[in-house]
Parts: sequence; C-alpha cells; structure tokens
Amino acid sequence: MDRLYDMLSADVRFKEGLKACLHCGTCTAICPAAEFYNYQPRKIVEILQTKNEEEIEALLKGDMIWYCGECMSCVTRCPRGNAPGLLITVLRGLSQDLGYFTESEKGRQQLAIKRTVGEWILEYGYCMFPSEVRPEAHPEQGPVWKWEVEHIEEVMERLGANYAKTGPGILRKVPDEDLQELKKIFDVTGGTRRFEKIEACSRQKAEEMGMELTDSLDSEYVHHIYTTNDPKHTAAE
Amino acid sequence: MINEGKKRIWKDYQKEIADDRYFYVRSCIRQNFFPASEKAFLRIMQEELKKDVFENAAHTTCSGIGYHSDVVPFDTTMTVIARQFSLMTESGNENLVTSCITSFGLYNEVLETWKHFPDVLKKVRGYLKTATGREFEIPKNVAHASDVIFRFRKEISAIGVNRLVHHETGRPLKVVEHIGCHYSKMFPSKGVGGAEYPYVLVGMVEEWGGEVIDYPERRHCCGFGFRQYLVRANRGYSLANSKKKFESMKPYKPDFILTNCPGCPMFLDRWQYTLSEMEGVTYGENGRGIPVLTYEELAGLILGYDPWDLGLQVHQVPVEPLLDKMGIQYDTSRKFLGKDGQDLGRPDAPSVLKFF
Repeated sequence: MDRLYDMLSADVRFKEGLKACLHCGTCTAICPAAEFYNYQPRKIVEILQTKNEEEIEALLKGDMIWYCGECMSCVTRCPRGNAPGLLITVLRGLSQDLGYFTESEKGRQQLAIKRTVGEWILEYGYCMFPSEVRPEAHPEQGPVWKWEVEHIEEVMERLGANYAKTGPGILRKVPDEDLQELKKIFDVTGGTRRFEKIEACSRQKAEEMGMELTDSLDSEYVHHIYTTNDPKHTAAE
Repeated sequence: MINEGKKRIWKDYQKEIADDRYFYVRSCIRQNFFPASEKAFLRIMQEELKKDVFENAAHTTCSGIGYHSDVVPFDTTMTVIARQFSLMTESGNENLVTSCITSFGLYNEVLETWKHFPDVLKKVRGYLKTATGREFEIPKNVAHASDVIFRFRKEISAIGVNRLVHHETGRPLKVVEHIGCHYSKMFPSKGVGGAEYPYVLVGMVEEWGGEVIDYPERRHCCGFGFRQYLVRANRGYSLANSKKKFESMKPYKPDFILTNCPGCPMFLDRWQYTLSEMEGVTYGENGRGIPVLTYEELAGLILGYDPWDLGLQVHQVPVEPLLDKMGIQYDTSRKFLGKDGQDLGRPDAPSVLKFF
C-alpha cells in the first residue's frame, strides 16, 4: 500500500498548504473551532510534518480533522504561509476515499451531509432549496422562516423570485439538460464515486453498529449520526 | 492603529473591478434566505447605473457548500466552476461577478491553482470536455457583487435620497461591518483592502454617512463552519461563535450590522433569535435585536426603495428601529402581504425577542 503521506502529497492543495510550521500557535489563537472544540490546527500541521504513518492514520480515523469549519482564518495569519484549513480538506478527502471516516463520530456525519446538500446539488442545481429547509428540522430559523415556508410561492413571488419556474431568475427551476451536465461532471470527476463510497462505508458501519440504514433520511443510523454529540469534543481537557 | 496607517495599508490592496458588462452568478444561500437582495442588485445595476448584467438560466450552484463540507471532491468543484466559465464565454462575456462569498473564494482558489499548476487546468479542461463537450476561457475580471457596489458607492450616494444619519439629531449611525471569511482571508489581494482592514463595506458606510465600529471580534467568523451548521449535532459551534461576536459588539451599541456574505446575515439574524429563546438575551435596544442588513438592502434603502420590496420583512430581527432612525417611511400593514396585496397572515411572535 502507498504511504498515507505520499497520498496526501499528491494533492496540489497539500503542496500549497504545508510549508514549514514553526509551532507559533497563531493559527490556534485565531481559530473559531479551537474556541469551541478541543482542537488545535497547530497539532494537525505538527503531525503532518512528522510524516509518521501511524499518527497520520490515527488522524484520518479520528474526530479531530472534522472539527474545523474551513473558514480559513488560519491562512491569513500564518507567518510561514501554511494553510491548516486547506490541509484539512485534503485529509477529509483521503479519510473518505479510504473509508476511514466511519471510524469516528464526527466523520460518520458525512453520510448526513451527502444525503442532504450532496443530493440537493444534483436534484435542484442548488446546495439547498426552501422546501428542504423544513422548519421542524430547523427551529433556529424562527417563526419568520416558518411563515415563509407555509406561503412559499406567494412570499417568493413578493420578493421577486422566479420560484421553481422556467427561465432565469431567483430559485428558478434549473433546466433538466443542465442538471444532466452536472451529473455527468460528477461521474467523470470522482464526485459520484465519493458519494457511492460514503454510502457503502456507512452501510457497513451501520451493520456493525446494529442500526437500520435504508435509503431514507428517516433511518435510525442517519438520525443517530445527525444528532449524537459526545461531550468529550468540547469538555475541558 | 491610527487611521492614516490603516489607509496606507488598504491602499496596497486595491483591486481592479470591471465597470460594465458583468456575467452574474447567483448564490444558493442568498436565493433561499434573502432573495430580494439579488433582485435589488440587478435593479441598482441595470435601472440606476445603466450597466449590462447578464444572467443565464443554465448556471448552477458552484457546489461550494458541498466542497467545504467535503462531500464534493476538488476536481468536481473545479469542473463545475469551469462550466460556469463556459456559460460566460458562450455569452460573450469576460467579467464575472458572484453573488456568493463562498463562490468568490472558490473561484479565486481555482484560478490560483490553475495558475500555479497548469497541469490541473489541462486536466479540468479535459474533464469538462468529456462530461459536457464544453470549452471555456478564463475570466478577465472576477469580482464579488459587493466589490461592484463599492465601486459605484459614490454614484449611489449622488442619486440617493437617504443617509446613514439619525434624521432627527444628525448623528452618524454606528455600523458593525462583517466581512465573509472567504472574501479575502485566503487571498487578501483579491479583496478591497485585504484581509486585516477590508474596505469594501467600510467604504460604503463612510460614503453614505455612517460611522464604522472597531470592536475586538470584528474579524471573527460568524460561525457557519459548513458541516458545523449543516449537522444538528455540531450547531453549537455555529451559535457559540456568533454569540462571541454579539457579546463583543454589544457595548458599542451598533445601530445595525452590515454584511457582504450571503450566509453571515442569515446566521447573525437567526442566532439572535435563537439566543433570545435559549438564554433570554437580546443585543439591541429595549428587548430588540441588532438589525442585520445585506449591502444590497442598504444600497436600496439609500436609494429610497420600499423596505418590503427589499425583503426586509423576512428578517427575524426586525429592521424597523433602523428605518425609524433613518427617517424612512414604511407601511406596517403591508409588511406581510403578497405581491398583489393578498393576506398571507403573519409570523408568530418570538417569546422573548420583540418582534411587533
């Protein structure tokens, strides 16, 4: 098997993101994820610099790489031009390609994202669509959003949208031929393969955990990964 | 830092912004949550400034939220973006303007990647050709829509009818400006004013008569964090980071928050409601929240557009206190009506945050 470090290095984002870290910790001081989770982007870069295969494998199978919010605040501040947030995108990609993501609670959440945002991209041509942002699943959206969704066509018309209709404009229906082009792009570039990998590994993990996983978002496993939050992620160390 | 120093720094980060003939690509989040802002942008550009802005129904999401939540690979996102470039090329345009900050950051990331790794560009050209038969030219100019409004801030001011001053006292209104992280944190030279002292919103506020607040957490992320909001188990991350900002700005008593990213105003608006329900806290005056505006909404208010045409009725934190300060007239009875005046009822009142 190829060395994990070599697989990471094959990605241009890895070359761009990892220069020479001096462990000043500036990235950690500025990091919103470090404010919330037991997380240090500095630690990620430190491990990668060691090229230690065991430690890299532990990263790919653990929760730590999933704490980052990819805001890229670290990129601005690093005095040596490292980009911990960019390295995270490469680590998460490899974790999914190798099927390691199901080994951690935070990694397992990828199925929920694939089955929502991932599938909406191909179904609607948008990363989200109002009918999918259901008020009962999003209480934080508040009563105004609930009112909007209850009167979605009238409200969107009032706001100047071309909601779910043909032609250009806000929230128009993306033509079928364009959605087909999008799907072909996913097929040719590895997007479809990643979706399939997420599904296959998640089904295996669900079986291991003795949980039901059907094609529905209402499956026991999806509900579990969408809502489970171990206090260890944020507990004081 | 003294103002002179700040001005000297941001002068190093002045970017070229095309002055006409834009190919406009829309934002997923903006269309869902503040759609009237995109409507206002086109109205301002086409009707007020007489600029050519082209749109093509065939364009799609750039897949950015999928990419930054890591379910969409980089090769896929690069090729989806290449397809947008192909639509631009096909329409005879070369100036791209994006409504979304995530997209803007990604377009810059992709273009920089292609510049440094020409083999990747060659690979993506091949992917796009195989998948769709399409070819494309690289845009001559990439701007965010807030860059464009910034560029024409003086023209908007000249034809505007409202100012960012208290209409009774003449006091400049105090504004928190919040820049989306992906506007310039990755590529400071791509944003007006860079990443430390971005000037894109400050320029609008100063030109239109307001005063910008410098507060400790000014550059902190709103807390979106992609997967940190998308998965319910992680949402505490998003809420906690917004709360950090509210606590930091509250002592400065901002009259409103101005944003340039589609996601940030949604979070800064909705999380104020959520915090009021969870903890009973409010951050504005008299049990109200701090109104949160998009730059298109603000430009529209300066130009005298009807607040309900601008979509201010779909903010969870009511914007009326700001309208009152600016002396803008509005008809409360029409706030929640449909396009032809049909009665759509009205939202329930939150239990803490003053809404009606």
